Amino acid sequence: MIPAEYYLYLGSGLFTIGVIGVLTRRNVLIILMSIELILNAVNINLIALSQYFHAVDGQVFAIFVITDAAAEAAVGLGLIIALFRNKETVNADEIDLLKW
Amino acid sequence: MLELTTFILLSIVTLISAILVITRRNAVHSVIWLIVTLFGVGGIYLLQHAEFVFAVQIILYVGGIMVLFLFVVMLVNLDVALKQARFARQWPVALVTAVLLLAQLAYVLYNHGRGLNLPPRPLVAATAGNTQAIGMALYQNYMLPVEIASVLLLVAMIGAVLMAKRKLE
Repeated sequence: MIPAEYYLYLGSGLFTIGVIGVLTRRNVLIILMSIELILNAVNINLIALSQYFHAVDGQVFAIFVITDAAAEAAVGLGLIIALFRNKETVNADEIDLLKW
Repeated sequence: MLELTTFILLSIVTLISAILVITRRNAVHSVIWLIVTLFGVGGIYLLQHAEFVFAVQIILYVGGIMVLFLFVVMLVNLDVALKQARFARQWPVALVTAVLLLAQLAYVLYNHGRGLNLPPRPLVAATAGNTQAIGMALYQNYMLPVEIASVLLLVAMIGAVLMAKRKLE
């Protein structure tokens, strides 16, 4: 049987890769994809601990996280389309209208 | 033993394709590698007898969200982005910060995660399936969160339509 900590290690690795993607990439689309990676890392942890505690609640929460991911992707991609229409760019460091 | 081998293979596939997601220049390639990552994560759900979440992962994530991503990647023009720098100026600082974060997580897990051994039996007894158990939990204990999630999806749908509209009248 696989110890639960292995799943937690995998979750932290995936989480860190997602954080690196959010912090370093310029393309807004890939930043959104990195957020999906982070949410998946959270889901791995939730499901591993759900099995560890013998309760189904963790899996229910994973489903809520997936719902949130769907909503976030829809709104985020709508924002990117609106942004691209107005500024003709998808680079995060060129979106500096609020920067003084 | 077989289970551990499967787990290690799935982890390697997941982590390598995740690294490829954040390093590819072309956003379409990133989407494809993200799909591979999501399949790997789905396999890990299956390994833990979470069949319903696995099905949701494949149908909703791979079938729904990723297709949406592909559409938008193809709507915004890629030819300009292919010639530009991939990483922002602050990438060394960001990398150091993220590695520090990983070191912290690994340290805590190494010191306090030892007692977390998964029990050998599966989560739900064989008589009541995983889907049935989740359905019971969703519609009995988690009735209010389900309703809130449905409102959230409605708001997100209206918001997405409003954002992507050509002009507000």
